[in-house]
Amino acid sequence: MVKLYNKSLLSQSDSLSDPKNQLNLLDKVNLIPFQENLKKSNLFPLKPINIDVFQVNIGKMCNQVCKHCHVDAGPDRKEIMTRDTMHLCLDAIDKTSCSTVDITGGAPEMNPDFRWFVKELFKKNKKIIVRCNLTIIVANKKYNDLPIFFKKHNVEVVSSLPYFNSKKTDAQRGNGIFDKSIKALKMLNEVGYGIEGSGLVLNLVYNPTGAFLPPNQSVLEADFKIKLMGKFGVQFNNLFAITNIPISRFLQYLLVSDNYKGYMQKLVSSYNPMAASSVMCRNTISISWDGYIYDCDFNQMLDLKVSAKEKHLSKYNFEELLNRNIIVNQHCYGCTAGSGSSCGGSVT
Amino acid sequence: MKTYYNPEDLKKFGDISEWQEKLGEKFFDYYGAIFQDGALTKREKTLIALAVSHAVQCPYCIDAYTEESMEQGYDEEQMMEAVHVASALKGGATLVHGVQMMNKYKDLSM
Ligand code: SF4
Ligand code: SF4
Repeated sequence: MVKLYNKSLLSQSDSLSDPKNQLNLLDKVNLIPFQENLKKSNLFPLKPINIDVFQVNIGKMCNQVCKHCHVDAGPDRKEIMTRDTMHLCLDAIDKTSCSTVDITGGAPEMNPDFRWFVKELFKKNKKIIVRCNLTIIVANKKYNDLPIFFKKHNVEVVSSLPYFNSKKTDAQRGNGIFDKSIKALKMLNEVGYGIEGSGLVLNLVYNPTGAFLPPNQSVLEADFKIKLMGKFGVQFNNLFAITNIPISRFLQYLLVSDNYKGYMQKLVSSYNPMAASSVMCRNTISISWDGYIYDCDFNQMLDLKVSAKEKHLSKYNFEELLNRNIIVNQHCYGCTAGSGSSCGGSVT
Repeated sequence: MKTYYNPEDLKKFGDISEWQEKLGEKFFDYYGAIFQDGALTKREKTLIALAVSHAVQCPYCIDAYTEESMEQGYDEEQMMEAVHVASALKGGATLVHGVQMMNKYKDLSM
C-alpha cells in the first residue's frame, strides 16, 4: 500500500496534471498499440454506431478527492459549466437522436445551475442519469433534499461504492466516506430509490480498489445485495463493475505503487475483441465544462477533442460527429479488458 | 540481485513447452480446462487454488492466485480464511503423524 495525498494532481503541481505528460507516459510503455489490436478485430478506424447517450461533465469541482479519480476532481477545482454552455448543450441535444443525458462531474450537484439543467432536460422527456457521489447529499443542508429532487424529475441515480465495507471504500475515496455513503443510500431508499416496484433506479458502481481487474459483475452484484441489505438495510438495482482507466490520479497511483507496467500488461493481455466492438464511445458523446466535444469522458480528461472540424458545441454538427473516427490510444485498453468496461459496467 | 525466484519468470511459464512441446501443450490444455466453470465455478476453484498455492508454498502461484482472487471479488478476510484452511491441513497432517510416533514409541518401550 502506498501513501497518496487526498489532493488533486493540479494542487500538488504534479506533472501528470498536464494531459500531454500522461499521453507521453502511455506511449512510452513497450506494448502492442491499441490500434493494432483494433485492426486485428476489424474495428479500425473505430466508428460510432449512434449517439444515444449525451454525456455532460458539468464541472471538476467535487467535495471528495478520490485516489483513483480520472477527472482529477476536488474542492480546489473551479472549472464548472456556465448556464450559457448548458443552453448550448440543450440546443445540441435537440439536434441529436439521443435517448439519454448522462450528467457527471466532479460532483455535478455543486454546479449552481445543476437543478435548472435537470429541469430543462426533464421537459425534453429525456432519460436523465446523474452520477452522484452520495456524500454530497449529506455534505450540506442545501443538498439534503436531492433524493426528492431526483425523484421529482425521474432521475436515474448512479453512485460509486467500491465495496460493502469502510476499509476498502475509505482507502479509495477518503476517510469516513463509507459511513456517509450509507447514510445517503438510506435517504435515497427512503424516497423509493432502489426499491423494487418504485420505478426509481439506483445503480451502484464498483471500481477495483487497486491495480487489478474487476470481478464478474453479476457475481459481485449478488454479493453486494446480500451484504448491503444484511448489514445496513440498503437496497439498490444494478451493480456496474468498472475497470480503472490508467489516466490521471489512478495513473499516479500506478506509478507511485510500482504497478504501472504490470497493470498495463494485464490490460493488454486481457484484450477482448467482443468488448472492443461494444466500447461506449460508439454510442456516446462527451461534453466538457467549457463546451468542447469528446469521444468519451476519458478522452476529455486527456484533452483529446473529437476528430471533426467542429469541436465545440457552438458549432455542433451531429452528422459530422456520426461519421467521425474515434480517437483511440493506449488508455483504451481499460475499456476492452476482460468483460469490458463502460459507464454502464461490463459490455459483454 | 540474483535470487532463485524471479517474479518475471511467471510470465515465461509457457516457455516450458519449448523443450517438450507435446507434454507442455497437454499440461496447459488440462490446466486451462480445470479452471473453467464446471461442477465448481471458476470463482470457487480460484479460492481452492489460493489455499493450495500456500500449501505447496509456490511464490508464483501465490502471486497469481492472490491477484486472481481479488479479480474474483474475494476480500482480505475470505482470502486469509482460505490460507488458514491450508494451514490447518498442513498442521494437521504434521500432527496426525504424532500418532505414528506414539505407536512406534510404544512398540519400542517396555
Ligand atoms: S471519483 Fe467522483 S467523487 Fe471521487 S473525486 Fe472524482 S468526481 Fe469526485
Ligand atoms: S477510452 Fe474512450 S475512446 Fe477509448 S475505447 Fe474507451 S470509451 Fe472509447
